[in-house]
Amino acid sequence: MRVVVDSEKCQGHNRCYALAPEVFDVDDLGFAFAIFDGDLPPELEAGARAALSNCPEYAITIHEDEA
Amino acid sequence: MSSHPPVRDWATDFDHTDPGWVTDPFPIWDELRETCPVAHSDRYGGTWLPVRHEDVAAVAYDTEHFTSRQVIVSEARPGPNDLPAPIGIAPPITSDPPFHALARRLLLPAFAPKPIAALEPSTRELCRELLDATAGKSTFDAAVEYAQEIPVRVIVRMLGFPQEDAPRFRQFIHQIIEAVDVPAEERRELQDQGELGEYFEARINEHLANPQSDLTTFLLEAELDGNKLEPDHVMGTMILLMVAGIDTTWSAIGASIWHLATHPEDRHRLAAEPELLPTAVEEFLRAYAPVTMARMVSQDFEFQGCPMRAGDWMLLPFPAANRDPEVSRMPIGW
Repeated sequence: MRVVVDSEKCQGHNRCYALAPEVFDVDDLGFAFAIFDGDLPPELEAGARAALSNCPEYAITIHEDEA
Repeated sequence: MSSHPPVRDWATDFDHTDPGWVTDPFPIWDELRETCPVAHSDRYGGTWLPVRHEDVAAVAYDTEHFTSRQVIVSEARPGPNDLPAPIGIAPPITSDPPFHALARRLLLPAFAPKPIAALEPSTRELCRELLDATAGKSTFDAAVEYAQEIPVRVIVRMLGFPQEDAPRFRQFIHQIIEAVDVPAEERRELQDQGELGEYFEARINEHLANPQSDLTTFLLEAELDGNKLEPDHVMGTMILLMVAGIDTTWSAIGASIWHLATHPEDRHRLAAEPELLPTAVEEFLRAYAPVTMARMVSQDFEFQGCPMRAGDWMLLPFPAANRDPEVSRMPIGW
């Protein structure tokens, strides 16, 4: 699973960082970015999904691995 | 408390100060969502009410047809002497693009996770003190004695105001947020910022003479395009931080306690599984979202088959949008 934050949509609510700090980090203004460029370790996938469903700006997308 | 006649028909005569709405707005929104998803009322000089998530979001993002110049529906409409968009009286909430993004970005460093985390120990201590003060009481009003005290005291500390002034803030909040159904003239007097303006001006002058490491000094030293902020901008943003910081937070805490008081099964589950708290908080914020903002129609046009006229109010009940079964699972749960 790969996770991407759309920096155009992010408004710095920090919900992803609060819910999954192992997956997301924020800059000094509070804008979020994904820590992993490539695949997430499987144990972090649940946190990424929680962040996706709680982002008020729909700024997070998740790309599932091709089976 | 409303000084208006009772509502007879929520689709054609709604009023968000009616005791029926104040006590339990959820069935009203549920019915409108099925029967009349964009309701209208002649009250307040003409007001629209979308209740579906799709429509509330469409209005919130449509800054071309809707202005944030005035975000609280009341009998007093913006007059020629009010600061016009894009800045408005309390930036950034009363600002339109592109100024809105600049005024908002300015505040973000003060609300990033690190500076907020630094407030956690003192805030927890405050909450424990408030709970200790209820020891020995068999009943007490948790909204008044607990929920309302927390944000007032925290925001007073953040702005660097004297703690003993905290009680005055309740009156300020009442004037701005709650006294919206009074006649226009009375509303204008309340908005005239007499006592409130004088109070903030005194604190600003103190901070100009003696800069502190608090939000007030932060705003006084902030720059936009290399210039210090206009005095009206600083004052408007301080008032916004006070109102938005206090009213939203006490409503959210109060509604969450109310939910737990009326849903013992949820209360027992959280007590037994405290690791569920972060999810529960997200659910409370969704289902009891403490913000219902307004926009004003900025030009005549048709929205969802309804004839919008420039100057009409548009009331945006975010909790109604968050409870739309099209996008959200109901009832609340975790």
